[in-house]
Formats: sequence, C-alpha cells, structure tokens
Amino acid sequence: MADVTAGATPSPSETRPVRFRGGGFLPKPRRIIGFITFAVILLAWELGSRSGVIPALVLPAPSEAWAAFMDLVRSGNLQKHLSASLWRLFLGFTFGSILGLIVGTAIGLNSLARSALAPLVSAIFPIPKIALLPLFIIWFGIGEGSKVATILFGCFFPTVIATYGGIDSVDRALIRMGQSFGLSRVDIIRKIVLPAALPAILSGMRISASISIILLVAAEMIGAEYGIGAYVLLAGNLMSTDQLIAGVAMLSVFGLTVNYLITLAERRFLAWRN
Amino acid sequence: MDLRVEGLSHRYDDLEVLRDINLEINAGEIVCVIGPSGCGKSTLLRLLGGLEQPSEGQVLQVGEPPEGSLNPLTYVFQDFALLPWRSVEGNVSLVLEGHKIPAAEKEARIADVLERTRLSDFRNAVPKQLSGGMKQRVAIARALSVNPAVLLMDEPLSALDSQTRELLMDDLIDLWERERFTSCYITHNLAEAVRLGHKVVVLSRRPGLIREVVEIDMPLKERTLSNPVVAGIQQQLWDMMRKEAQAADVELAG
Repeated sequence: MADVTAGATPSPSETRPVRFRGGGFLPKPRRIIGFITFAVILLAWELGSRSGVIPALVLPAPSEAWAAFMDLVRSGNLQKHLSASLWRLFLGFTFGSILGLIVGTAIGLNSLARSALAPLVSAIFPIPKIALLPLFIIWFGIGEGSKVATILFGCFFPTVIATYGGIDSVDRALIRMGQSFGLSRVDIIRKIVLPAALPAILSGMRISASISIILLVAAEMIGAEYGIGAYVLLAGNLMSTDQLIAGVAMLSVFGLTVNYLITLAERRFLAWRN
Repeated sequence: MDLRVEGLSHRYDDLEVLRDINLEINAGEIVCVIGPSGCGKSTLLRLLGGLEQPSEGQVLQVGEPPEGSLNPLTYVFQDFALLPWRSVEGNVSLVLEGHKIPAAEKEARIADVLERTRLSDFRNAVPKQLSGGMKQRVAIARALSVNPAVLLMDEPLSALDSQTRELLMDDLIDLWERERFTSCYITHNLAEAVRLGHKVVVLSRRPGLIREVVEIDMPLKERTLSNPVVAGIQQQLWDMMRKEAQAADVELAG
C-alpha cells in the first residue's frame, strides 16, 4: 500500500476511522432497574391517590391495599386462604406434572402410544379447562376434588407436549452410543433420554405452573370457602377494591415464587449448559 | 477375537449401499476402510457392531473375547457422543454402571483408562470445558474401559483440526504399540489410513464393494510423515480412489 500512495500524500478528508457498526442486540438484565420500575409505579400511584387525581373508588391506594392485607393477617384468615390455595396448587401441579411426564415419555418413545395418544392430546389441549369445571364438579364433587382435577388437567397437557417434544429432539447419536455399549433400555431412558429432554421439560413446567395459578383462582371462584380465589371473589362482590388488589398482588407473588423455584431448578440441573 | 464378514450386502429400500463385502479383521491388527463419501463406510461399521441388520450376509465373531471384556464390540464415534451433563469420570462410568462389577473394580477401571489417555487431571471437567481432541480422548477412554475385543472407530479424527489430529494419531499409535488392540478404522483421510492401517480396504462408490485390500507391512512407529514408502502407498491409494471420488462428488444425494 505504501507504494501506491507514495508521492501523493492523502488529504485529511480521505483518511478517516472505520465507522463502528457492530454491537447491540444483546440486552443484559439489570436487576436494579426492575426494582426501580416497580418503585416508581407504586410511588406515582400512591401520590395520585393521595392528591385525589385517582379517585379511591376507581383504584385504591397501594397503602390501602397493604392495610387490607394487614387486616387479613390480623384476622388470622390469611393462613387459611394461603394453605388452602397452596395445597390445591401443590396436589394439582405435582400429579399433573408426574402424569404428564409419564404419558409424554410414552408418546416420545413408543409408536403405539404416539399414534393413539398424540392426536388425543392435541385435541384436548386447546380446550380451556375452566369450561370443563362444571363437569369436574359433577365427577369429583364440589369439594377439593374438582379444584385439584382442574389444575391437574391444566398442568398435564403442557407437560405431555413439552416432554415428548424434548424427547424428539434428543440427539439420536447419544442413544446409539448407549445401545452400542449395551446399556439396558431403562438405563438409556433414565440416563440419556430424560436428562437430555430436561431443558424442554423444565420450560414446559414454567408454562404449566402459570396455567395452574390461573386455574386455581378460577376453580376457587366457583365454590370455595377458603382460598385466594375465594377471597378475591368475595372482595369483588363487596366492591372492596383494596382487598381485591391485595389478593391479586398475592397471586402475582405466587407466580413470581414459582418462577423463581423453576429458575433455581434450572440452575441446579442444567448447569452443564453454561 | 477375530471378526469375519461374509457376503455382506445392505440396502435401504431401493438404495443399494453395500454389495458382497468379505473381510477378515484379525486380532491385533488395525483394518482401515477408505472410500469416497457416501460409499457406505459408516454403514459397514454399524453392521459390524450390530447397530444395524444387514440385508444379506453376516458378521461373525471368531473366538472368545478377552477376559473381563464387558462389551466386545465397542465404538468410537466421529462426534464423540459424550453426555454433556456428565463429567469426564461420569461419562466413563456410564458404560460400566449397567454391569454387575464391584465398586472398587469400577473405580480401578476408570482410574486406569484416564491414566492411559492422560486425562487423570480432568476427571471432574465437563465436556464443554474440553477441546475437541480431549473430548475424543474421553471417548477413547470410555471405549477402553469396557476392555473391548474390537474397537470400531468411525472417522474418530474427522471432527478435529489438523494439528489435534496429528497429536491424537500419535496417541493412537502409542496405544497400539502398548496394547496391540484390534480395530476397524473408518476414514476418508488417506494419510490416517496409511499411518494406522495394517490393512487398508478400498471401497468403491455406491454401491460400496471392495476394490482392493492393500497390506502395509511396516511397523506403525516407522510410518512418519516424511517416509517415502508411506507417501508412495498414499499416492497409490489416491490414484485408485480419484475417479471414484470425482464421480461420487457429482452424484445427486438420495
């Protein structure tokens, strides 16, 4: 290059740095900003209510919702509502996920199960399970049975689909490796197929956990004495919006907690991915 | 233990991949199989170890596998096939777990093969932390841990860069000098074939049939890069394969 430009000194306008045009498209989460967003919204809301910009009837102030929550704590009903809800959630989610795992694995590995069950799952999955709640009440009674069954059904289908989708995408080379070393079928499933499908299964659980909270509230709104859903429904009927907000906030915390637990599980079991 | 292939033919539906293969893999020798891409080399290897069933003919085990062999016909795969969620040790242990061997023996086998493949310091590393060459050494350690009678190697060096390939080839030669293992080694790389093979089997393009079996009667140790005899044989093999490779290259897939 020196030879080419020799003799003719380039003028300053011809030499310029290469313009940077890469970078970006890599959003990084900054935890503190998330908290600040919450704080700003709550603060604006509180100030709006106190100054009268937001009428108390339309939306109660956060402080009022907090007061309603503290009332609930003092009355001792919080524990009853919470334990009723958590227990239903636990039963429905656990058994729905376990059954979903079993059926999903069968569909993922067995031609007969796949041919028979995969269309059935596709047909039932899109039905909103809330629509089936009256049927569940007839089948399982107005008590705990129908509520747990709704959640169980709601969790079952996403888990089935996530599980067999995950199994379908397991690297067949790993399975051939297992066979070539003479591993038993059970060992291949337990030590190769399921661990490889685990990322898909866990993201399925994330979805089914959110679905189960939605269904929990819906089921509790139809006939339950205790439970967050019942509490929210009663508050709505009485137009006590402060209690309603308190109940809804508890549901949000539920969802966040479940999500956090699944994130912990991912960190624990999928550490090998990073 | 020897492996004998008799009248082996294989087809997928209407596509004939292998035709009338007869081959003898004797104890203590490395048989390299070369051929243009798509000639059925890998299919042949899968047939040898029983991962696929031949359309015609058979593969016979002659004699007994050595004492303590848990899996007489053992593969080393091109893509390593390591479980990414298991450590080096865990990957080796995977293939021992199904057998009813005492914990102490299992531990001894793991320690022994990691020592032999110089991986003892990386026992607890996971595959993601390892280079390609180390991954393949883990796969080789795993294969050795079951004390195989015949190692079936499917292009074990093809996924590696050329320097790593040289290093690992030296490792394989050292290993053979020490242990005289028996192996069928599939490759498309002629240099690997002439460096490692006691016998080089040249397959034609599809349907693969044996064109030629070249015996190389020279100790593996002496087959260096600069050895003119080795270069000569490699040239001879390339002359044999050139037309086939060209023809295979312009063939449509499927």
